[in-house]
Amino acid sequence: MDDSGDRFPIGMRVLAVDDDPTCLLVLETLLRRCQYHVTTTSQARTALTMLRENKDKFDLVISDVHMPDMDGFKLLELVGLEMDLPVIMLSAYGDTKLVMKGISHGACDYLLKPVRLEELKNIWQHVIRKKKSDPKEKNKTSKLDKTTSESGSGLRSAGAENSDENGKLTKKRKDQDEDEDEDKENGNDNEDPSAQKKPRVVWSVELHRKFVAAVNQLGIEKAVPKKILDMMNVENITRENVASHLQKYRLYLKRISCVANQQASMVAALGSADQSYLRMGGSGHFHNNAFRSFSPNGIISNLNTPTGLNGHGFSPSGLLQLGQSQSFNNSSNDQLKFQPTITPVNQNILQGMPMSIGFDHLQNNSSKGVFPVQNLNTDVKPTFPIPNRFPDQIPKVTTSSSHPPSLGISNNGLMLETHTEGKHGGIGIGYGSSSSSVSSRHSDFSFSMLDQGRHSDNWSSVVPLSGIQTNSFPSSDCFRQTAIPPSDNMASLPLQAGYPGGSLADVHSQGSVFTNSPEYINGNLPFQGWEDRNQDATYHSNITYGSINSLAPVNGAVVPRGQTTSNSTLHRNLDTKFCDPRQMKHAGFADLTECSSSRQPRVNIVSQQKFSNNLGSLEYLASSMMEQEQDKMKLLGGDFICDSYSGGVSL
Amino acid sequence: MNRLLSFLFHRGVLDEQFLQLQQLQDETSPNFVSEVVNIYFHESEKLLRNLRALLMERELMDYKKMGIDLNQLMGSSSSIGAKRVTNVCVAFRVATEQNNRVGCFRALEMLEHEYCYLKNKLHELFQIEQQRDLAAGVRYPVQN
Repeated sequence: MDDSGDRFPIGMRVLAVDDDPTCLLVLETLLRRCQYHVTTTSQARTALTMLRENKDKFDLVISDVHMPDMDGFKLLELVGLEMDLPVIMLSAYGDTKLVMKGISHGACDYLLKPVRLEELKNIWQHVIRKKKSDPKEKNKTSKLDKTTSESGSGLRSAGAENSDENGKLTKKRKDQDEDEDEDKENGNDNEDPSAQKKPRVVWSVELHRKFVAAVNQLGIEKAVPKKILDMMNVENITRENVASHLQKYRLYLKRISCVANQQASMVAALGSADQSYLRMGGSGHFHNNAFRSFSPNGIISNLNTPTGLNGHGFSPSGLLQLGQSQSFNNSSNDQLKFQPTITPVNQNILQGMPMSIGFDHLQNNSSKGVFPVQNLNTDVKPTFPIPNRFPDQIPKVTTSSSHPPSLGISNNGLMLETHTEGKHGGIGIGYGSSSSSVSSRHSDFSFSMLDQGRHSDNWSSVVPLSGIQTNSFPSSDCFRQTAIPPSDNMASLPLQAGYPGGSLADVHSQGSVFTNSPEYINGNLPFQGWEDRNQDATYHSNITYGSINSLAPVNGAVVPRGQTTSNSTLHRNLDTKFCDPRQMKHAGFADLTECSSSRQPRVNIVSQQKFSNNLGSLEYLASSMMEQEQDKMKLLGGDFICDSYSGGVSL
Repeated sequence: MNRLLSFLFHRGVLDEQFLQLQQLQDETSPNFVSEVVNIYFHESEKLLRNLRALLMERELMDYKKMGIDLNQLMGSSSSIGAKRVTNVCVAFRVATEQNNRVGCFRALEMLEHEYCYLKNKLHELFQIEQQRDLAAGVRYPVQN
């Protein structure tokens, strides 16, 4: 197709479309300077005609976004569909939304005006990329030329929504021609980078259900992507897709369990006393390290760090960890999992050292999959050195496997205890009555979350959580008074922030309950775990969230940070928004939902919106909870704390 | 001319993009810069007139349309390196997004002011350049 291919990119044929004659002339001259062969037109329709005339006449199309006769995105889609040519968008505005739109419509690139020579010098790479994937498709579907173009166009035009189908289509074709997963994966991988944002596998509810079923069957520890993939027996999914989804799922579970645990522990802890927290806090340090390495356990580790900082902080972290371990467990056992995870965390905290160990375990667990919940429970019981309070709760733990919240909340003391045994053991300590309400909620929440592989579901589940939070709040109120000084909470928060692991950080932040009650902390942590990437900023906010609603974290957790990864923009936005815990929560939620489904920017956005809703409730709760000055401190301080913590904690 | 140019750069009226335009000018396109700038003037005046008309609407203000025109103006201004004009466009855009009529007015006035200033200076620049070329031509008269 390209005669001057040897001297490529010299002689590359570019079609430039822009209604502004000034820009068009400048662009043309710049392109000529790059030694490309340029054709220009100011009308989109003319451009289409030219392209349709002879598909092989051009190698690349550059088009302005805003044009009078036709929307630039529309042109983009059409070109992609019909001609399968790489298209670069051009605009004076670089809005994230616009860029996102461009990408989802299949643009290869998005340039900002004024265009510079250096940028234009590199555009030929898109042609190469496309060429690479095109032949592949053509080969595969040689018999079906039509399908090839369809798949090509499908790929191209597939927005995030369609990406799944397109991907499937392409993948199917590839499957026919090639043979195994390897090829499939390779093909997919190759396609992905070369094609425009190769369709991401969308984790529909259906798919997610299969996934969860497979994971449960295999056991969370044993659930390896390859096996899961085999069990799921779905086409158009690569091992990588499953692997990343699994990771997200694990984080989600952890978060849920952490939240539950935290809440439970919070309730319990509040009653018991700060000392336990203090102790926990000390042990916190270890965890931090442990967490780091362990992103899923990040939450847990975060727990540790905060505690180290504050002493009290520990409790939240403990919760987090619990949550994390829980998440793992969840995958296999749903709620039960939560609990076990919590315990491991707790143990560490108490022991100080154990935490790190616990983390390792957690890590191991995560790698393996889900820690058997049952194990945890048993562990928990024996090891409960926790102050009197906890013992009561412990029984709860085992029984209320379905009530993750209770686990998470258990005061640090509780948590610690359980950890020593089986890290994963998920302390599941039913932290007391207050937490029970929370836990029940959480369980619902977690269930709903688990059940729904979608973001939207998570969202809705998130909402209920917020409702739960209200419940927890009251309990937390009482806790607050108990000795858990807000500082403690704060401390916990920092831990989270410091935790790069993300997940842990999340946990902490959530748990870090700014508000006096430790419960809060728990809440946030679990979710945070999702997003490793969310840097401290996110964590911070998570922390604040934590205070706001222990429940909220769960919601937040819904939104897997994973999304962030995928939609880093989204998250970043969230992150940058502020340390506002509420925000974080939302992000967290969004993340969860993200995780469940494929990363889709939409989800994030949705989650964000949802969060805001949740936040509202959370805020209310938070504000009501924090009647004391600390409230302000928390909210504001959350930000501050986060900052300070991150600084201090940044491990 | 260099003095004028450096003055304009210093004031932020022009930026590196203008330099790039100058670099694009060579034997194959000897009057590239003046061509582009003339086209720019022509188009921008049209756009500015449109914008003023839109703003003068007593009734409903069509912010969207303003945004479109503004977008084009911004794009072309930045393409030739008219930094100050571009900046005002950005502010103008913000005002339209906020449906801030007063803000839009102010922005438009500033825009017109900046644009006139730019136009004058660029004309001056071209005149100097022309004179310089003429002078050079005189110094090197056609030889037989």
